[in-house]
Formats: sequence, C-alpha cells, structure tokens
Amino acid sequence: MLESGSGGIISPLITITPIIIMTRKIKAVSLISGGLDSLLATKVIMEQGVHVEGINFYTGFCVEGHTHAIRKKDKAKPKRNNALWVAETLGIKLHIIDVIEKYKDVLINPKHGYGANMNPCHDCKTFMVQQALVWIEKNDFDFIITGEVMGQRPMSQRKDTMPVIAQESGAGDRLLRPLCAKHFEPTLPEREGWVTRDELLDFHGRSRKPQMALAEHYGFDDYAQPAGGCCFLTDEHYSKKLVDLWDARGNKEYEMDDIMLLKVGRHIRPAKNFKLIIAREEGEVNFMQGYRNRFISIKTISHSGPLVLLDGQPSAEDCQLAARIAARYSKGKLENEVEVELRQINGEIDLIRVKPIGISEMPASWSV
Amino acid sequence: MAEFKLDASGLLCPMPVIKTQDRVAELNNGDILEIVCTDPGALNDVGAWCRINGHKVLVAEQNETQVLIKIEVMR
Repeated sequence: MLESGSGGIISPLITITPIIIMTRKIKAVSLISGGLDSLLATKVIMEQGVHVEGINFYTGFCVEGHTHAIRKKDKAKPKRNNALWVAETLGIKLHIIDVIEKYKDVLINPKHGYGANMNPCHDCKTFMVQQALVWIEKNDFDFIITGEVMGQRPMSQRKDTMPVIAQESGAGDRLLRPLCAKHFEPTLPEREGWVTRDELLDFHGRSRKPQMALAEHYGFDDYAQPAGGCCFLTDEHYSKKLVDLWDARGNKEYEMDDIMLLKVGRHIRPAKNFKLIIAREEGEVNFMQGYRNRFISIKTISHSGPLVLLDGQPSAEDCQLAARIAARYSKGKLENEVEVELRQINGEIDLIRVKPIGISEMPASWSV
Repeated sequence: MAEFKLDASGLLCPMPVIKTQDRVAELNNGDILEIVCTDPGALNDVGAWCRINGHKVLVAEQNETQVLIKIEVMR
C-alpha cells in the first residue's frame, strides 16, 4: 500500500500489458543490373520468404538505354530498361540511384586498377555494395544480395577477390551471393536463419548453363543477355576514346556530356587541341543536334553529309582543316570543292568552300 | 491534389525515370505529375516504373519529337 499526498491510502495500480511478439519481416536489397544473374539471385531469396527490393546504380557508363535511344539502326529493337523489366517480372520495387558524380572517383582512381580496358570492376563492385550498405542502413533493411558467380569475371568475381569486396565495402557478412554462397563461409543471413543455406547454390565458372537451367526452372525465358556485359568501360573502342579524351585534356576529369558523346559518332583527332565527332547515321545526327549550342559544328551545304561537332579549342586554321575532313565524309568527297557551313557556339555562321581532304592526307593515327 | 510538371527533355533513359522517381518522392497521394521527355524509351520505362511502384499512368503518348506521360501518385 502507498500513502497518497492527502494522507489517504491508495491501492497500487497494477497494469497488465499484453505481450505482443512482433515478427518483423526480414528485408533484403538486391543489386539489379538487368541481367540473368541478378534476376535469379533475387528469385532464390524471394522463394525463402524474404522481402526483397531492387536497387540499380546509374553510373553514366551503363549500356542500358542510352545508345538504344540514339542509334537509328537499333530502333527496330524493342526499347526497355532491363533492370525495370527484372523488377516487374519479379514483382518487386526498384530504386534507381544516380551515382554519376560519386562514380568519378571510382573510375579515375581505382585502388585495384583496371581490367582489360578501362573497367575498374573490382572497385566498381566494392563501390556499389558500399552504396547499397548505406541504403539498407537508411531504410532499415537487413542484408544485401548480388548475382555474382564465383569465377565468372576475372577481376571482381574470383574466390580471392569476392571476400575482399565484402570487407572493403563495409558490408562484411551482410553481403550474400545466393548463386555461389556454398563456396564461402556462411554469412549473417544464413547464420541467423533468415535464409536456409541448403537452398542456396554453388555455381562457379564462366559457363551459363546452370543459370539457364535455373531460369527454365523458374519459367524465365525473356531475360537479357548483353554481349560484353552491361558497362561501356569493358568495351575496347569506348575505352580508347576515353583514354584519348583524358590524354588530350591532360587530366581525367569528365562530365556527363563527354561520356555521352564518346558513345556516338566517328572520332577523328588531327591534333591534341581538338577532335571531330562525325555522325554516322540519322539517329546520331538527331542526337548531336542537341549539342550545337555547346560545340562548334560543321555541316556540308552543297552536298549531303553528316553533322560534325568540334570538341576542344580549335583555331581558325583548325576549323578549316575540320571542314575539309567533314567534306571528305560528304557526298562531295571526290569533288574539287564543297560548300560547308561552319557554325560557332554563339550561332554565328560562316559559309566556306573547301577541298575535301584526300585519304592519303589523313594518317590512320587520327582515327580514335 | 495538385498538378506538377517535370521537363526531362534531352535526357536519355534512365535519367527521365530517375527524375520522375525523385519528383514523385516529394508529392502526395492523388497529385498529378506531367512528364515531358524526348527519349522515346521513356514511354516504356516510366510506365514500367509506375507499374512497379503502384502509381497510375493517366496519359502516355508520343509524337515525332516528344513523349508526354501524365501520372497520378498513389500512396
């Protein structure tokens, strides 16, 4: 018994609080590239009753979308973003994150270097897992899934590098690779019983047969199979153009427009201070039109020819040379003279007549 | 309910989707967002993004130069 302030006696209040055991659903975020592996890895975990949402990082170098929209020859192909298609197929949410600015440091200063081309795959994967870790901490998710398969890629998907990525990203054992989990020590989701290890897989190597069999098992038959991966940085020609850009500028800085324009046109660099970007077909012409207010541009008038952008700081003399090169790629290439429109960034136009450059006057080294 | 506009002209996919996603995050249930793009791929991609996230596509049309998509935010 307790004494009240007024001297009376009050009975103690006994409150009976019902005990409610909240069973919080385990949640995972899956790195969705749009390819088969991430589709399967996500499905494997969803089958175990885990709530999964997808995350897709846009670096600016993703093969998805861009060039499909630019080149006319690709217009016959149905346009779709494969990461969105994967999410819709699985019935999960997809969060697409713009990491263009953050990604610059990964590309410019890769701790583990580049692959066969300018692809910093090891650092790239570490970066993406690191970003996913930030996301799950912010959104109260429990672990991260990737579609990696041990031995499938020479840099980032090796038995020795995969644990390094887990460690350097900070994700540690909150990173689960369902397609090859059995090759590694049990991760946190396995130890905690959030997923059953027996139902995870032991895929390894470059063969796609196990993935294709699993896709068939799940009834997936329309998945993307991008040749050469999903990143322009693994492409030899693209990488050469990127290195050329860096060499010409004397540093590795780049803007979104730079990396976009490396995806289109024929690139010819007669000198360090400027290069020509020559549209190869109508789709590229349409795309490059949008850059005429940011670059000096050239168009042949007397004969049909491609739109040309001049990147860099060309002198008046350089512009004359560029006009001769542009004429070379016009219908008047064998004529003695071609009329050319030279348009400055401010819209001023000069009409000049030039002799198309001879093929022997164009060293092969000019072609980037 | 309020109406908003998003100009994603000149951007190539997935940027129109990302811009849409980020703008929708700031809107309320029932708000209408009109998106103008020049990348024809946005017609499918923004539609797919809406289906995944449960938003309603009210208009999705394309002419020679533009794609116009109007969506209703569903929370």
